[in-house]
Amino acid sequence: MTATLHTPPPAAVDDLTDTRVVRRRLGPGRRIRFAFWIGPALALAVWSIGSATGVIKPAILSAPWDVVVAFQDQWVHHDLLGNVLSSLERSVIGLALGVVTGAVLAVISGLSRLGESLIDGPIQIKRSVPTLAIIPLFIAWFGIGQEMKIITIALISLVPIYIHTHNGLRGIDGRYAELAETIGISRGEFVRHIVLPGALPGFLLGMRFAVTSSLLGLVVVEQYNAVAGIGHMITLAEQYGQTDVIVVGLVLYGVFGYCADSAVRLTARRVLAWRQTLEG
Amino acid sequence: MATDAGRLTTTAEPAVRVRNLHRSFTKDGGVLNGLDLDIAPGEFVALIGRSGTGKSTLLRALAGLDRDVTGHGRIEVPDAVSVVFQDSRLLPWKRILDNVILGLRGADAAERGAKALAEVGLAGRERSWPYQLSGGEQQRASLARSLVREPRLLLADEPFGALDALTRIRMHALLRRLCETHRPAVLLVTHDVDEAIVLADRVILLDAGVVDTDVRVTLANRHRSDPGFAELRTLLLDRLGVTAA
Repeated sequence: MTATLHTPPPAAVDDLTDTRVVRRRLGPGRRIRFAFWIGPALALAVWSIGSATGVIKPAILSAPWDVVVAFQDQWVHHDLLGNVLSSLERSVIGLALGVVTGAVLAVISGLSRLGESLIDGPIQIKRSVPTLAIIPLFIAWFGIGQEMKIITIALISLVPIYIHTHNGLRGIDGRYAELAETIGISRGEFVRHIVLPGALPGFLLGMRFAVTSSLLGLVVVEQYNAVAGIGHMITLAEQYGQTDVIVVGLVLYGVFGYCADSAVRLTARRVLAWRQTLEG
Repeated sequence: MATDAGRLTTTAEPAVRVRNLHRSFTKDGGVLNGLDLDIAPGEFVALIGRSGTGKSTLLRALAGLDRDVTGHGRIEVPDAVSVVFQDSRLLPWKRILDNVILGLRGADAAERGAKALAEVGLAGRERSWPYQLSGGEQQRASLARSLVREPRLLLADEPFGALDALTRIRMHALLRRLCETHRPAVLLVTHDVDEAIVLADRVILLDAGVVDTDVRVTLANRHRSDPGFAELRTLLLDRLGVTAA
């Protein structure tokens, strides 16, 4: 047997030419900085130009600067902060209730056949009944006070949490359960170490839907007999024909939604550090 | 040299005792058909056989993972049984050390886990995520997870099947060394006759759900250069229906 050892030739020092075969890129390509803001900024620009040139009449949609003025007016004279806090309180309490209930139900239904037969059917049925259509019934049961509003928001955010957590949980590789059996851990440890972390990606996706659902619920319930809240503010503005105030409310809803969604995504990126995905 | 060892040579109570084991997945044909097997404490047994001859079925029966398979028979295994799977089966959401000590109780669990990791050559990787490890390292971590539980019986289902040839050779040496230190009884399922001879004290060949051949490996050195190696290899390949060149 002969062995030939190759020694590399001395490298040419000055040669910096870079010849490569570059393939056409098929993926989305490199990230654009501030990419998220480009679309909204463009919409704002169109809105401003339209209002300034008179194409968009103030009766149809107030100009952006009028909205800013209305915001100031609401803040100073009409307790806008109080309205915002009141809305936030409702949606946070409702969301929290919905998230906890949805997650607990998903784990029970995901881990036990009996639980599944009791829970899964009703939730799937409830899913196809629009929550907003149940509101009249809730008003009959819980009145038009805070309970009805919180329960509606809880119920509306429960569904996505349940669906996605359940889906994530059932998607956990069966081999991990087998491993857990061979190392003889208890059911509680199994839930803590395998089921919950395994279902977490699903739960967080459900969370993103739940956050926006809870805002949707908020908009609707605040139309009913609210004495404070953004919805209440919009309802009043509607009666007085103040489109600028309506737009203030809409912008606030948008800001809420975006902040909440970003918070969930940021949390997801941190707690799912163990994953290797295209998200990067 | 290879000699026939149909019965146990030790007088001590065996670590594993299987009698008349039947398992079948369908009505017409059994996978295991009245299998008898004893494994002595500390004995390293390699289980070979063609596909579908019941190797994995036997291993899963010993591991207690065959709830849904019909059959009957008697199985006695120690309390402390660990399984090493073909895939490392590390939980992707737990760091390596947490994977190793999963379900362990006691204040010294982390310390024992770190020691086990050092033993398999993964000291310093405690805080890594599984995806950051190479295939061989993942399999070593899964070995550490098994050994930290101080098993009296180690069941390994083609643990090196997914590894490249070079990593495999290193893993063989590691497994031999670990088994000599911890002395569990071992049942290693493999497709690789050479691997069986290199690693095991005893090679069992399954065919049609019963023990076809049961040979003790008594090579002076466990290397291909040993004259007994080729002889044993030829014998086993012959029994597997492969005409060795």
